[in-house]
Amino acid sequence: MGAGDACAGVYAVIANRADFPVLLPFRPGTGGEGFRLSAWHGAAVVTALVFAVALGEAHAQAGAATPSILATMLKWTPLLAEGFALNIAMSFLAMAIGTLVGVPLGLGQISLMLPVRTSSWFVTQFFRNSPWLVLLFYCMLLLPFEVHIGNTIVPLPGWLKSTIGLSLPVMANVSELVRGAVRSIPYGQWEAAESLAYTRMQTLWLIILPQCVKRMTPPWMNLYAILTVATPLTSVVGVSEAMTLTGDILSSEGRTELLVPMYLYLLLWFFLYCYPIARATLRLEKRFQVR
Amino acid sequence: MNWTPDQPLVRIRDVVKRFGQLTVLNGISMNVHKGDVICLIGPSGSGKSTLLRCINGLVPIDSGSILVEGQEVHDPKLDKLALRRKVGMVFQQYNLFPHRTALDNVMMAPIHVLKRKRDEVEVQARELIRKVRLQGKENSYPGELSGGQQQRIAIARSLAMNPDVMLFDEVTAALDPETVKEVLVTIRQLAEEGMTCIIVTHEMGFAREVADRVYFTDGGVIVEHGPPDQLLSAPKQDRTRAFLDKVL
Repeated sequence: MGAGDACAGVYAVIANRADFPVLLPFRPGTGGEGFRLSAWHGAAVVTALVFAVALGEAHAQAGAATPSILATMLKWTPLLAEGFALNIAMSFLAMAIGTLVGVPLGLGQISLMLPVRTSSWFVTQFFRNSPWLVLLFYCMLLLPFEVHIGNTIVPLPGWLKSTIGLSLPVMANVSELVRGAVRSIPYGQWEAAESLAYTRMQTLWLIILPQCVKRMTPPWMNLYAILTVATPLTSVVGVSEAMTLTGDILSSEGRTELLVPMYLYLLLWFFLYCYPIARATLRLEKRFQVR
Repeated sequence: MNWTPDQPLVRIRDVVKRFGQLTVLNGISMNVHKGDVICLIGPSGSGKSTLLRCINGLVPIDSGSILVEGQEVHDPKLDKLALRRKVGMVFQQYNLFPHRTALDNVMMAPIHVLKRKRDEVEVQARELIRKVRLQGKENSYPGELSGGQQQRIAIARSLAMNPDVMLFDEVTAALDPETVKEVLVTIRQLAEEGMTCIIVTHEMGFAREVADRVYFTDGGVIVEHGPPDQLLSAPKQDRTRAFLDKVL
């Protein structure tokens, strides 16, 4: 038996028996990539918030009989919640559109037809490497404010246009996730399916993609968290989401000592929403890795 | 061409296969008749596994001819799927589908590829799992089975397609020593039932026991072939003897 065979054999035995992640095959796409929220970030925001409120209160008490910072924050909470709901709605919709278009695009990247493969690759790389804000501006400026479908007029409000803008980078990232996940499936799976007379389509749908779903879930959730914290970008193009509303609240209150606590308060909303997602992602990753 | 059972089931003539500059198969010829059990032995890189992959069309050949039941495997017009229904293959790494249970692994191809009825396939699949002595493991996932058990499910999975010939590619090379035997017993049982088998193996004792003929390949050619007792005990060629001295 030659060295190559011996290695393959030993490797297989080790990979089967031991659960050390370090011995498992490298799987692109599921590794830790980019920024992750940790409990420390939350603790920092809360501490800063408490500190800022306390400082602001001290300042306010020294002045005239203005309402306390806490009371002001509470007063505006329902409005802020409305804005935040729009952020979440946009994140849901952008993720849905991005995934629905991104999955076929990713499959296009592994197509056997060269033109399909090349164009899918190009579209993916183009949108993956464009700044999100630039894409947002493009969508705001290029998409019409309404579209005519037959005789009905469908209005395209700003929030919808910017949601489409946000879904473009999501689409490109999902496309890369799909491509990476398909490539991370061992070649033996393709070979086994081929030898059992599966067609390429059957292999993809019955064998390869079901295994990809599991591998793609953690990075996909991570992408969703990143998308959610990116939704305040739409305030730059005038969407009335939480960030814009916070600005409006501050200008209507006209109290400088509110500035820091209000933005920290907004940060806390996003943190409370995204942190559980980050935790769940981490847990799923750990569970899938040791297999 | 009309094939009749008295002709070779697999007829290989002057097959050449190159990977870039490397010639892996350099003029291989052999005949395999129905019911034959052939063992291929030889050093790693001598092209044994590649030859198996050429027989079921997983790897294209550069020249020569491979006929399976009279059909040219490397005819571009050949229905590859029809060919692969006749030729079952078992791999060194088992390659079970990890997201499906053992029973599903066995049932999927007949249902989706052969479009057979699920009930009927399930009866056959359970029968095959019993045959490889893994009854009770139907609902286990591959990750929950030992290497030897996975390999036996892989054999059942291939058999579910009712192939005419089975190819075994170093099926015990990745197994723990204590589970090698259970897999070899399964293959021997198949061979005794008359299944045509082409087996690439490093288990010389097994080859001696089960094979009708043993082929020794080295450097992309068949150096020598013959009945196992003769080839393994009294090889005519020096290269064969040198190899056997190393492994026995």
